[in-house]
Formats: sequence, structure tokens, C-alpha cells
Amino acid sequence: MSKKQRKYREHWYSGITESFQMFIPGNKIYHTMPAKRARTGVLFILPFIIGFIFFMISPLILSMRMSLSDVKLVPGSGFTMTWNNFNNYHYAMATDPNFNQYLVEEIGRMAINTVATIVMSFVIAVILNQKFKGRVLCRIIFFLPVILSSGVLPGIESSNEFYNMMSDIGNTVQNSSGINISQSLQSLLSVSGVASQVFDVVFQMIDAIYDIVMASGIQIIVFLSGLQSISPSLYEAADVEGCSAWESFWKITFPMVSPLLLVNTIYTIIDFFMKNDNRVMERINTVMYGVQLNFGVASAMSWIYFGVALAFIGISTFIITRTVKSYE
Amino acid sequence: MSKDNTVFIGKSQNFWVRNRRSEGYLLKRRIKQITISVVRALLMFGLCFMIIQPMITRFAMSLMEERDLYDSTIVLLPRHVTLENYKIVFDLTDMPISMLNTLWISIVISICQVVAATLVSYGFARFEFPLKKFWFACVVMLIIIPPQTIQAALYVTFSNFDIFGIITLIHGEPINLRSSLLPYVMMSLTCMGLKNGLFIYMLRQYFKSVPESLEEAAYVDGCGTLHTFAKIMLPDAVPTIASCFLFSFVWQWTDLFYTRNFLSGYNMFSVRMSTMASRMGRYFSSDATQAVVVPNGRQLQLISIAVLFCCVPLIILYCFTQRTFVESLAMTGSKE
Repeated sequence: MSKKQRKYREHWYSGITESFQMFIPGNKIYHTMPAKRARTGVLFILPFIIGFIFFMISPLILSMRMSLSDVKLVPGSGFTMTWNNFNNYHYAMATDPNFNQYLVEEIGRMAINTVATIVMSFVIAVILNQKFKGRVLCRIIFFLPVILSSGVLPGIESSNEFYNMMSDIGNTVQNSSGINISQSLQSLLSVSGVASQVFDVVFQMIDAIYDIVMASGIQIIVFLSGLQSISPSLYEAADVEGCSAWESFWKITFPMVSPLLLVNTIYTIIDFFMKNDNRVMERINTVMYGVQLNFGVASAMSWIYFGVALAFIGISTFIITRTVKSYE
Repeated sequence: MSKDNTVFIGKSQNFWVRNRRSEGYLLKRRIKQITISVVRALLMFGLCFMIIQPMITRFAMSLMEERDLYDSTIVLLPRHVTLENYKIVFDLTDMPISMLNTLWISIVISICQVVAATLVSYGFARFEFPLKKFWFACVVMLIIIPPQTIQAALYVTFSNFDIFGIITLIHGEPINLRSSLLPYVMMSLTCMGLKNGLFIYMLRQYFKSVPESLEEAAYVDGCGTLHTFAKIMLPDAVPTIASCFLFSFVWQWTDLFYTRNFLSGYNMFSVRMSTMASRMGRYFSSDATQAVVVPNGRQLQLISIAVLFCCVPLIILYCFTQRTFVESLAMTGSKE
């Protein structure tokens, strides 16, 4: 942690103007070593800067404009845009039959799945970090979801009617014959007077366990790498001092890995938001490429969606940084 | 020697003797250990089985004849084994061509992405320049912004491609790049491709973990910046770069979003696969103008086979390279 001494600055922008003098030939600091390094550094990240301006900022602005206007495709010469205030947003939220409902549903699903994915991947990573027979094989298998849940693969089968029918039949059979373990447990617990709403959520997680495991490939690896970077001497010292395994888990393992919680949570949220089998995504796609070819409304929808995602990431970042800090 | 009364703490003594000496502690610990490992084994087996089971089902289904699908007594082992399904899926997905297209395009795109990401991440990890924090915040934004937000805008941008009116000046009108590979290559080379922000982040994390003294030594010996990068940093970074390449390759292979938007001119496997169901009716009818209704179960079976085709090369690739995947990611360490 070597912090360079900060120079006193007259204005908030004087640091910026000063540093830009590095790029002006003939300036007195042009030939200094830091200036040279800075120029090389900018050269290295130049591809990113160009790309970000041309393929991110400018499309973002265009898409913002599209979301605020009526877009008409003109064959041959592109499209025309006429300003129509917030009509597209209004349409997406109030008139579109499905968007609203899908959005709320997906957000709810995401909140539950994110928590479950993080907990699940953490537990699996802790187990995989222990020594047991077949550990290598387990690691290979737990990485497979990264392949199996990427791109087209997850949505393609569930879009088939037969698949849905089969899973419906499965559910009804389970319900009628009473074999459904989670349901019977749930009714048992609700009879015994435990708060049922909490358990609803828990059982929803249990029923969705396949999706959760499929979504936690990368997170497991990230946690695992964090766990492996903890030096074993810490545990030894704790052991000598008479710590139980449970205590050393909460006093050593958890605080050491908790910085990765944030990375993983953000990754999980983004991953969930961009999935192909996400119904909001499907809706946006049908509006955009379907019969309507309504680019304006589609852009407005994706902006709403992005806003929600950003808000979600912001909230979870806030919560996690708060809680994690108390451990450090 | 046997009459010696010294306490042996070793395997030479009976477990029960030692247990008595430790006043039951040993037995308790042993039971705890065994319980933990049994529970762990059960949990691991269950979860692993859950991950693999769909693949097994797909494989079993791929060998069945259509009538076996509706037979509820058949779970995994087909009664009438056939290889005809494979041929049908081969035809429906335009197999050798679409697979080869996907292969070479994935390789080209991944190379572009990884080269760009390596350079940029090195710039972020080692140099101090104005607005560095701002640009890095942009990288994080790049990870966060769903590409769907700019999907429509990119569609429009590339169908009337123009840089500050230069192309209009030369060519007379903006050009349509929608069906060529060029837009996507451009985006990959400028780090705007599929999940590219993540690669920058990973590689930056790696480069930051390399001690700076290595480079300083090279500078003292008179190495230039580029030379140092190529000779000192790159060779050590190969595993991390390779894992980025593999990630990129896998994601590109199965990607539908970018493929559908930018590579509509190419015959790609993922697109073929996603539109398979709609082409089945035409395929099964004897007469080319009319479509037959294909039962849903049959559709699902054929789609499953296509999924199998899509996954199996990746899984084989992964089995050979899993060390690179897992270990270099562990090395990246992502310590904040």
C-alpha cells in the first residue's frame, strides 16, 4: 500500500489539465518518463477507447434517441425517426400486454436465484476445496454447466411444447400421488405453524435447484480460486489456539472470501439478465424482429430493463459492501 | 520390549486401545469424519448426477426410434435402436458446413478478442495515464450493459455503415455490412464483442499479480516497452490467455445473439439449431411445397440430438484442456 503524496491543487480540474500536458509535444513535461509511460499506456488501451466510443457510446445514444421516437424502417435507405416524447415507454409499461408482467416476474425470480446461486456456489466451492477421493472428477463435472448453459443451449428445449407438457405431467403426477417431497414437507411445516412465506421462497429454490447449479459454474471457480489463495498456516494457527472447524470457517474462510461475493453477485445478476430463456428478453426480441419490427418500443423496453438491472446491481453492491466491511 | 510401558502414539497400537487412552475422543472424531465424508459423497454424487443426467437422457433418446419415445416403459435403454435420427439432424442443421463455419468463425473471433483484451488489460495493469479510472469504469460498464440495449442501434449502424461521412464520400452511399464478417471482427478487435469486458478484467487481474520488478529489470537492461511486454510478460501469461481464449471460443460457439445479429450471411450451427423446429415440417414431407405436422415429441428428440452435436465437441475440448481452464483461473486469483 504505497500511496503517492498528493500535490496541492488549486482547482479540481488542474490535475486533469496538468496530465493532459503530457500529450502536447513541446510542453516541458512532454519528454519526462511518466509522460512517455502515459502515452504508451494510452496506446495500449486505444483499441478499447475506439471501440467504446464507436460501438458502445454512439449506439447507446442512438438507442436512447430511438427509444424516444417513432422509428420507421424505410426500405433501401435505412430508417426515419420522429420524436414522440415518452410514448414508447408509456406503451411498453402500460399498453404492451406482457412486458410489465414478465418484468416483475423475472425480477422476483432473479432475486431468489441470485441469493441461491451465491450460497450454492459457495458451499460447493468449500466442499471442492477439501481433500477427498474423486475431487478432480467433481471439479470437471461442476465446470460443465459453463458449457451447457451458454448461448442457445438452455432455452432451446424448454421452448418445445412437448417438453413443457412432459414437465407439466410430471408435476401433476407428483402432486396427485403425493410423492412431491418438497410440497409435502411444505404442507407439514405450514401446519406446524412456521412462517409460510419464508418457506415458500426456500422451496422455490429447492425446486429450481437444477437451474441454480447450471447457473453457478463460473461462480464456483471464482470462489474456489479465492479459497485456494488462503494460506494454510492461518488454519494451523487457529487450530493450535483451539479453534473448532466451525469457528475457523466463520473467522477465517468467510472473511477471506467475502470480497469475492461482490464480484460473484454482480456476475450472477448480469448473467441472469442476459440469458436467452429470459422471458423479457424474448419479448424484446419478438417486438424487434417479429411482425411489428418496432425498434422504438424495443429500445424503450431494453432501456427499462437495463435501468432495472442497474438498480438491482446498485442495491446489491450497497448491501454487500456494507456487510462485508463489518467483517474486515 | 513388549513389556515396556511407554505410550506409543502410532499405528502400531490397536485403535480401541488408543481410543480408551483418549477417553473416547478418538472414536468421536472418527465417527464425525466418516459422517462428514458420507454426507459429502452423497451430496457430490447427487449434484454431479444432476448435471450429467440430461446428457445421458439425450444420448439415450438419440438412439431411439420414434415409437420408443411414446412407450412409457422405456426410460433409458431404447428397444429399437436406430442411427437414422443422426442422419436427419445432419441434414436439418446442414451439418458439416454449418459446423465448419462455426468452427473457423469462432476461432477467428476468439483470436481477435483475446489479442485486443491482452493489450488493453496490460495497459490498464501497468501504466498510469490520465482518466485511467474513468476508462476502467467504462470496462465495468461494458460488463454490465446488456448488449440487447444497443442491439437495435447496432443493427441500424451496421446496415448503413459510415465513419464520419468518409465512406459516403468515397463510395457514394453508406454501405451495408450486415451480412459480412467485418462488423463483428471490428467489434472484437476493439473489445466490444461477446463478454469481452470480462476478459479484460481477468487478464488485468493476472497482469497486476506479476511482480513489477521483473519488468524493471528488463528496463534497466535496456529493453523497450513493447519488447518487455512481448518477451517478459507474454510467455508467463500464456495459460491465462489460453483460458480466456477457450472461454471466448466456447461462448462464441454456442452464441445466438451476436451470431443472429452480425453473421446472418453465414450458415452457422447455432442459428440452424434454433430454427430447426420450423424447418422440420418441410423436411419430412415427401413433396417440397407442403409441410407436414411433426409431433412435438419427435421435434424434441431431434432438437436434443442437435444439442448433443453442439455440446460434444466442446466437452471433448474441455476434457483435454480442463487444467488450463481451472488452474489458470485459480491463478488469476481475482483478489481485490
